[in-house]
Amino acid sequence: MENNVYELQFALNTFYFLVMGALVMWMAAGFAMLEAGLVRAKNTTEILTKNVALYAVACTMYLICGYQLMYGGGWFLSGVDTVANLDVAATLAQNAENGFDGDAVYAGASDFFFQVVFVATAMSIVSGAVAERMRLWAFLAFAVVMTGFIYPIEGAWTWGGATVFGMYELSYSDYAGSGIVHLAGATAALAGVLLLGPRKGKYTAGGIQPIPGANLPLATLGTFILWVGWFGFNGGSTLKLGGIAVANEVAYVFLNTNAAAAGGLIAALITARLMFGKADLTMALNGALAGLVAITAEPADPTALLATVIGAIGGVLVVLSIVTLDRLKIDDPVGAISVHGVVGIWGIFAVLLSDAEATFMGQLIGCLTIFVWVFVASLIVWGILKAVMGIRVSEEEEYEGVDLGECGLEAYPEFVRT
Amino acid sequence: MKMITAVIKPFKLDDVREALAAVGAQGVTVTEVKGFGRQKGHTELYRGAEYVVDFLPKVKLEVAVAEGMLDAAVEAIISAAATGKIGDGKVFISDLDEVIRIRTRETGDEAV
Repeated sequence: MENNVYELQFALNTFYFLVMGALVMWMAAGFAMLEAGLVRAKNTTEILTKNVALYAVACTMYLICGYQLMYGGGWFLSGVDTVANLDVAATLAQNAENGFDGDAVYAGASDFFFQVVFVATAMSIVSGAVAERMRLWAFLAFAVVMTGFIYPIEGAWTWGGATVFGMYELSYSDYAGSGIVHLAGATAALAGVLLLGPRKGKYTAGGIQPIPGANLPLATLGTFILWVGWFGFNGGSTLKLGGIAVANEVAYVFLNTNAAAAGGLIAALITARLMFGKADLTMALNGALAGLVAITAEPADPTALLATVIGAIGGVLVVLSIVTLDRLKIDDPVGAISVHGVVGIWGIFAVLLSDAEATFMGQLIGCLTIFVWVFVASLIVWGILKAVMGIRVSEEEEYEGVDLGECGLEAYPEFVRT
Repeated sequence: MKMITAVIKPFKLDDVREALAAVGAQGVTVTEVKGFGRQKGHTELYRGAEYVVDFLPKVKLEVAVAEGMLDAAVEAIISAAATGKIGDGKVFISDLDEVIRIRTRETGDEAV
């Protein structure tokens, strides 16, 4: 009888990872739609291609070497039980040894599945920031290194518990990855954007020129899809479900995730209204995402009200950051660096507001470690790519639209421009 | 034969079309255009950056008419398109050297 309960617990935890992982995979669609909506029509096909391709690259590189570097899961997933070699009896014994309240036991494949979609999320943050002027294949080459190497290494130091090049250990708290995933992605994006330069005509003698997105319905759809997917991102990071306390924790994580997004959106909308006199939809969308990023490092412990406030602060920060980056002539068409980087850092420190065990130094050192590693490694890779193949499209291609030059396809071929 | 080209406010298109049909004008070609005359543009905002939109959406109509129908057609367009507010548009009248119906090869007034 007891064995049956353990088997059910195993099944439930495995099922939980799989469903939450599928929700996070859905975030890939969210990013794709958000970015497709915020770029111009002539660059839409290319950004969609980047998004679908980076997802596939992330899945493959993490399978080949990333999972091994991050968790020791075996090169080419050699350490993951297959259908053929799963030892049911041994697994059951392990579960019994841990006991009902101990560490969860679940299918290794479900753990990989849940982890791999996080890699894809981190990578897809980069595609928005470099949109409309980066060469597709240079981007994909970077994706290979980021997903196979850069992200897994810092993931190993944080979630994987490894020492940082044997020098020190981190005591860094990051439930679902404000720093490990979001700051990391934004940092890689920042390195790329600095080497890439702004879009032509963005910063002129006349000031900051707006380059409006082609499809705000898609951008909004993308944001809502990301919002839903985030329930998997944060909810799944509880890592187990079978038990009263942990199920309650999962429920509260969903609640806080939702509350923070709502707080972020409202705060961003109001901030935009106060600063610009208009209700800028794109700021509201970025605000919701900022709220989500802000709560990601600790979505379980805060009260719902605190979660809303944490999200709201993220929403204010993101608007200020977007405007500031533009003033610094750092061109970020979708606000990725602001949403995931600036607010990712806020999320890392917001942990201190509700987690009694986290320390300021622990968070600071973790944040700096992630930032320095990803920034330097990315800068090197982008630098090499820039020297070897060039990362920016030609001026003429940029003018005509990267869809034609890189993809040979228009996204909206029947729309005639007057 | 004359070619009447009129640039009007987009929401007036249906009214103008009906007015032209009422005076007997058989066909019309319509394009969506942007433009301005003395009507100023407006300021828009995108993520904190302001920009002035000079060009306003308009609709351009082109109607070919026989000389005898010119005055009636022009009057129909003007009455239907006017709102009294700035930006109502303009009518341009030019000479038409020849008109040919593609299906039947009719020319001149029969083709209009």
